[in-house]
Order: sequence, then structure tokens, then C-alpha cells
Amino acid sequence: MSLHAAERKLGWGLLAPALLWTLAFFVLPFLAMLALSFAHMEGRAIVQGFDPGNYIRAFTDWSQLKALINSVEITVTVTVISVVLAWPLAAIIAWRVPQRFQRLALLMAVLPFWTSYVVRSYSWLLVLGKNGVINKALMGTGLISEPLALASTRTATVIGFVHFFVMLLTLTIYANLIQLSPNYARAAQDLGAGDWATFVHVILPLTLPGVITGAFVTFVLCIGDYITPQILGGNAELTLPQLIMLQMGRSGNFPMASALSVVLMAVVTLAYAACSRWLRLDRL
Amino acid sequence: MAAKALTALALLTLATPAFAEDTLNALVWCDHTDPALIAPFEKKYNVKVNLKEYEGTAAGMAILDQSQPGDWDVMVIDAVDVHRAVEAGKLAELPADKLPTADFFPELVMAANNTVGGKTYAVTEKFGYNTISYDKTKVDPKDMEDMASLTSGKYDGKIGIYDYYLPVLGLVALGQGINTADINAQTLPKLKDPLMALRKASKQVSDVVSSQTALATGDVDIIVGGGEWLTAVLAKDNPNLDWTIPKQGGLRWAQSIGVVAGTKKPDLALEFVQYIVSPEGQAALAQASCYWGMPANQKAGDLLSPEAKATLRWDKQPDYLKRAQLYPIPDAATDTAMQDMWTAMLNQ
Repeated sequence: MSLHAAERKLGWGLLAPALLWTLAFFVLPFLAMLALSFAHMEGRAIVQGFDPGNYIRAFTDWSQLKALINSVEITVTVTVISVVLAWPLAAIIAWRVPQRFQRLALLMAVLPFWTSYVVRSYSWLLVLGKNGVINKALMGTGLISEPLALASTRTATVIGFVHFFVMLLTLTIYANLIQLSPNYARAAQDLGAGDWATFVHVILPLTLPGVITGAFVTFVLCIGDYITPQILGGNAELTLPQLIMLQMGRSGNFPMASALSVVLMAVVTLAYAACSRWLRLDRL
Repeated sequence: MAAKALTALALLTLATPAFAEDTLNALVWCDHTDPALIAPFEKKYNVKVNLKEYEGTAAGMAILDQSQPGDWDVMVIDAVDVHRAVEAGKLAELPADKLPTADFFPELVMAANNTVGGKTYAVTEKFGYNTISYDKTKVDPKDMEDMASLTSGKYDGKIGIYDYYLPVLGLVALGQGINTADINAQTLPKLKDPLMALRKASKQVSDVVSSQTALATGDVDIIVGGGEWLTAVLAKDNPNLDWTIPKQGGLRWAQSIGVVAGTKKPDLALEFVQYIVSPEGQAALAQASCYWGMPANQKAGDLLSPEAKATLRWDKQPDYLKRAQLYPIPDAATDTAMQDMWTAMLNQ
């Protein structure tokens, strides 16, 4: 056996556990879900077959389609706001905080991760409520006379998500920023670029892999999340994961739930395709 | 065949129970997870009761579908869905003569629901009402006696709706003079406009905890679909919270318990069911930490404190039982249509 062949065999051997894992826990379940999505219900029984009815309904029934639109709108909003907030935070930690305190600063940034996701969402409900901290503070300072309707709205959902994902994005962008040599900025300025031009034409493009990687992960986690819109959104509007859950609880319409889940995966795949040019998952 | 195998795999996301000689595996609702309820049984029989919570009959049935016979011993189920479970072969027959139904509130024996073909498959364990919960310092209690006041404009933006389509559509039906048993393909369209009007007047549609939070923090003043199960656990810290059955009536919810078909521990499973419907079990279940509710067995009243009985409105049960109707029991097509209407309401 040549050395090359032996190396290849060793490579496959090392890859095998990961491949088997992916096959068993992703590929097979996905195929199963795909098969189920073409089944349909007769009474309370699932009837196997190739019926595209669930997909047709997902895109022609307005209440179903609206859930998809809501999910995409909320996810894009959350991703954009999170990037805009996380970039300067990561930059401050990477460039302004002394190196010996950076680890502590990162720790502080991710501290909210340590609490339960559900508890954190319910806590936001208390903060954003009619008699919550925000409304009391605003009314106490005389800025408003009537409490703002914050809880049980899309705004509440977005705030809950942004709070979580800013932490995640800060980490990925920070990982990118600390690898940037200061010589890039110096070279640009030596060539006559001002601070803004240096940022827009040199620094920002070089941080795109970290930004896009974090943004993609934010998109994936946000669009598939059920808890936050369920707790904070007050069902003011349905998102796709909520609609999927609704199909299962009592009526057990697993084919429709599967079809909606496949649609959800398709949206994530499209997001991946859009980001793939810059995506560097090794930055995670 | 391949598709069936794949389907089975798709549904195999559900937990399997623990296996041991000295264990009892129970599919339950969250109220059964209270140690005050379970610990005395575990101690008496020296067994460990493994509890798995589920929500929604379909989810519970899916768990059983993906399990081997004998994996599960006991199941708590919505009383109106007992027939559905029996038809699917999920429940074993119970010896009716070994159940204390003679001590039950007569309306809670629910033989029509718990028996099939003259055989008993489940026994009612707990019940309560889906009606109107409210903060009596924020709303006029007299208004709460008439469902029409909810959409009169007076309480716009101050109403929350409990996020479960069966009881809320049932209440909407009562508001329209339609009995819950008469909700079908012909009558259902009549509920659409009133449901949408209720949604328009509401601030939120939320689950149990979010509804309780909203009522306790003053985010909403009224919860449609609420009842003692929603306000009882808050009563100590929030004495202003109250509930009533309006003149149009309310919905009666009831949960049953049965032995799962194929259990390998039928005697222990039956002992558990008997414990749950005994006065001791019933008193603990009525005050379970997840949610309170009336015990089906009247003898539990001897073990409840006067305060607990007051919170449960023990003395008003004869009147309430007369005025409340059972949950709708829709056929599959009507059930789907109800859920579709609910989805449209949420996304209107």
C-alpha cells in the first residue's frame, strides 16, 4: 500500500465517526421528515403517499404564508440590529480594552448566556410589561404619561432575540478583529485614506467573514426559535416554528408540520447560499 | 414500506421511559409532577414513579406509538379524548368495581366519556372551568357576568386570550347561544366573526404562564379561557384576582387517568390510579403546584383546608356544574377546521 493510499484510508477512518453521526442524526431524520411531508391526514390517520398538498397549502393559505413572512421579517430585523450593535462592542473589546482585561470583558459580554433561555425570556416579559421597569422609568421621568405597549408585541420578540444574539455575534466578530494586523490600517492611512475610508474600504471588508459567520448562525437560530416569540410575542402574530407546533399538539398533523419544517430548512439553505462566499464556520 | 419506516423514524423524537422492576412509568400532565402528590405513593409501594409530561393528546399518543408495549404503565388524558385513545388501542380496561366513583361528584363520573362498549377505560381525576378570570380592582365584576361586555369596546386592549382553541371556541360558541356539543361543520362558521372581534379587543393570546404573568403584572385585566386553574396559584399574592362563570355559561375541563394497554405492571398501575382517585391523592392533586383544580372525588373535601376549598369555590360547585358545558368533542375534520380558524385568528 502506498503512503498516499494509507493516508487516505486513515483520513476516512478519522472522518467515519463524524460521517456516521451526520448520517444517523441528520441525513436519515431529514429524509424521514421529507417523506412524511408528502403524506396527508385522513381523519386522524396519517396516509403515506406523494401528495404535495401540504406544500401547496404552505404557500397559498395566507395564514400559513404569513407565518413564513413574519419569521423572515423578524429574523432579518434581529440579524441586522444584532450586527450593528455587536460590531462596535467587539471592536471596543479588541482594540480599546487592555489585553489583560479582554478575557474578563468577553466573559461579561457572554454572562447572560449563563441563565436559562426560558427564564431570560420570562424576565424580559416582566421588564417590558405595562408595569415593568422600562415603563415605570419612562413614566417616572415624565417622558411618557401612558405606559408603552411593549410586551406581547413583535418589538418584544426582537428585543429578546437581540439580547441573546448580540453576545454570540460579539464573539465571532471579536475572533475576527484580533487577527487583523494593525498594519492594514497604517498602510491605508500612509496611502492617504482617512479614518472613515480606512474603516469602510479596509477594516470592514476584512471583518466580513466573522460578521457573516455570526450573522448566519444568528439567522439559523433565530428563524427556528419557538420559545422567544411564544413568550414575548404574545401571539400577536405567528411565526413558522409556532405554526409547526400548532400542527402537532392536539391534532397531530405531522405531515403538515413536516412540510413546514422542510420549508424552514429551505429558507436556511437559501441563507447559506447567500452567505457562502464569506462564510467561515471555523471562526465560530 | 420504506416510507413507513422513515415515518416511524421521523416520529422517533420522543423519550422512552426508564426500565426497572421497581418503577412505574407514567405519561402525565404537569400537575402530577408535584412531589407532594407522588412521594406518598412511592413511599408506600417502595417504587420510583418516572413521570413524563406531555401536552396535547396527539403528542401523548405519538409517544405511545413510538414505544414498545409495556414501556408505559399509566396515562393522564383529556377526558373528552378517552374514546380516541381507546379506539387507538392505547388504554386497558379498568375494573369499575375497584374505583370509588360512587364518591364522585355525579357529573364527574362521566361514564359516557370514560367507558366504551360498557367497559371502563379511564376514571376522571380532576376538573375545573375555562371561563373568565379578571382583576376585580380593574374591571367591573358585573361586566364579567356577560360575555358581550368583552367586545363592547370598554375593555379593548385589556384582554388576554388563553392559547387553546378548544375551550376558547367553546366559550365563543356559548356566547352565540350554541352548545359546545353542537359545534360542527355547520355551526362553526358562525363563530368566526365573534372570535375575530374578541381577538381585535385583545392584547395577547398566551400560554398558561404568560397569561398568569400578564394578569398578575397588570398587563391585561381579563383572561378569556381562564378559571380557578389560572388564578388559584396566584391567589395568595394577588387577592384581587377572581374568576366567574358568565350568564352564557362556561366550559368544564376534566382530565382522566387510565392504565396503558400492554403494561407489564397492571396491578401496580391500577394501584396508582386508585391512589390518584383516593381522597388523599385527590386532595394533593387538587392543590398541585403546576395548577389547581377541583378533585373529582368529593371525599377529598374532608382533607382540604377551608382556605383551599374557598379558592376552589367548593360550595359553588352545584351551581357551576349546572352552568358549565363539557369541552367540544369535534370529529377530525371539524377539529382541523377549528384549528385553521384559530390560526387565521392569530395571524389576522
